[in-house]
Amino acid sequence: MKITEDEVRYVADLANLRLTPEETARMQKEMDGILGYMDKLNELDTSQVEPMAQVLYGAGETATLRADIGRATLSNEDAVGNAVISGGGYFKVPRVIER
Amino acid sequence: MEIAKLSMDEVGAGLRAKQFSAVELAREALRFAETENPKTNAYLRLCPERALATAARVDQKLAQGEDPGPLAGVPIAVKDVILTRGVGSTCGSRLLANYVPPYDATAVSRLEEAGGVIVGKTNCDEFAMGSSNENSAFGPVRNPVDLERVPGGSSGGSAAVVAQGTAVLSLGSDTGGSIRQPASFCGVVGVTPTYGRVSRYGLVAFASSLDHIGPFARTVRDSARLLSVIAGRDEMDSTSAFAPVPDYAAALNGGGVRGLKIGLPKEYFAGLASETGDLIHRGIEALAKLGCEVREISLPATDYAIACYYIIATAEASSNLARYDGVRYTTRVDGDTLLEMYRNSRGDGFGAECKRRIMLGTYVLSAGYYDAYYLKAQKVRALIARDFAAAFAEVDAIVTPVSPFPAFKLGEKLDDPLEMYLSDIYTITGDLAGIPCMSVPCGRTAAGLPVGMQILCNHFNEAGMFRLADAFERAGGFAGE
Repeated sequence: MKITEDEVRYVADLANLRLTPEETARMQKEMDGILGYMDKLNELDTSQVEPMAQVLYGAGETATLRADIGRATLSNEDAVGNAVISGGGYFKVPRVIER
Repeated sequence: MEIAKLSMDEVGAGLRAKQFSAVELAREALRFAETENPKTNAYLRLCPERALATAARVDQKLAQGEDPGPLAGVPIAVKDVILTRGVGSTCGSRLLANYVPPYDATAVSRLEEAGGVIVGKTNCDEFAMGSSNENSAFGPVRNPVDLERVPGGSSGGSAAVVAQGTAVLSLGSDTGGSIRQPASFCGVVGVTPTYGRVSRYGLVAFASSLDHIGPFARTVRDSARLLSVIAGRDEMDSTSAFAPVPDYAAALNGGGVRGLKIGLPKEYFAGLASETGDLIHRGIEALAKLGCEVREISLPATDYAIACYYIIATAEASSNLARYDGVRYTTRVDGDTLLEMYRNSRGDGFGAECKRRIMLGTYVLSAGYYDAYYLKAQKVRALIARDFAAAFAEVDAIVTPVSPFPAFKLGEKLDDPLEMYLSDIYTITGDLAGIPCMSVPCGRTAAGLPVGMQILCNHFNEAGMFRLADAFERAGGFAGE
């Protein structure tokens, strides 16, 4: 077995994802099958291969830099406009510090 | 006017001859979309105000004798993962049901500057994750060719609207085949350009090293025209390429393909039986008749592509989807603590496929597994890219099927995620290598289901790819069959 239900719960915590017990059981089965399939890669000897970290990059190292000049950006109103709760130009979240 | 079959040339001619105005054409497209959409669910929303305003600007330019742009008046639909300012963009997700973007994607602003009229936003698999469009939170799309069947995914809506004719062109996104596979299933042309050819600014990120924006059209020529408009360097996307953009349609010019060397990778044809295989072989015969030199080649790492892809794509997806935390984007489910709120919002908001990919991606990136999965996959990806580089030293283009089978029935493959992943075998390799590839219609099965032929070319050789596809389309006459 590649992954247990306990490990599924651990990974769900890492991902900040609430799963129901039914989802956890199903996830364990599906991930186990898929991760088992992924083991196929171990058939290949890649000890002499450099990982492909960049897909394509033809331009010079500094080509994507622009002049350091200020320019208009999203307004504060637009930036928080899609938040569920905002106020005073900020996103609002549940209290994290007790006073 | 019969909007369902209009080409870009016919739109241009109609406007110039004053047979109709851009506003009249937009109204007709919107009306037709409204009557057709209950059948397919291909549009998530129409945007009449924006469409009519753009069309009015085109009419004004025409009246003043100004150049209205290469896409003047052409009704275009945009996949809902591509942002449109002031027009809701849900990505097919409940999490973004009420999200209204404060800015336009670069591809969107470019096509409007060229006179294109955006009529609506198209349905897709949630965050572009899926191969059947059944993972949309707003219901599946039905294939206009056969309403019992899927249109393919994830850009199923964008393929369907071009096939049904409610738009002349559309934009989709492709990470592992999400443009080419639905194009194949719906019988239209779908193009995945070279990685970086089209800016992704305003494309909601799924897997950043694999994501592309690309066009759908009913003809190769129209797809080439749309690509010329949206391609090119964009300061807002540092991965966008500096290479100059040719006029792809002008490069077609009825050009011959005699002597063009075409490779058939034997790994893609092993075990390909059935009607799909027969149709692709018929297509290859047609290419040979046009004077192409067809030869067998080998892409030895093909067998490892699916495993490689689903490690890299899920790893990147788990990072990109971390931003949906219940704070910034429209949907929140409360909890006693901040962490509980995050977990509840994400647990409630994401559908099953997104959860599966977030979990797989988080797992392969987690402590102790990185080397075994992610790093290994990045090395295998290098081998896949190397295979293509070696092949393109020998041949000008590679021809393969797009999908092992034509459009399947809704629900048919929903219960087995691995089987669904395996069906992406022919399309993911192009994304992994970052090369341009497209699906061009290649006939229909006895049951009338479209089959697409895939053409792959070397980096930035879109012009060569279009030339071959155009010659095939004209000789085979399969388009719009």
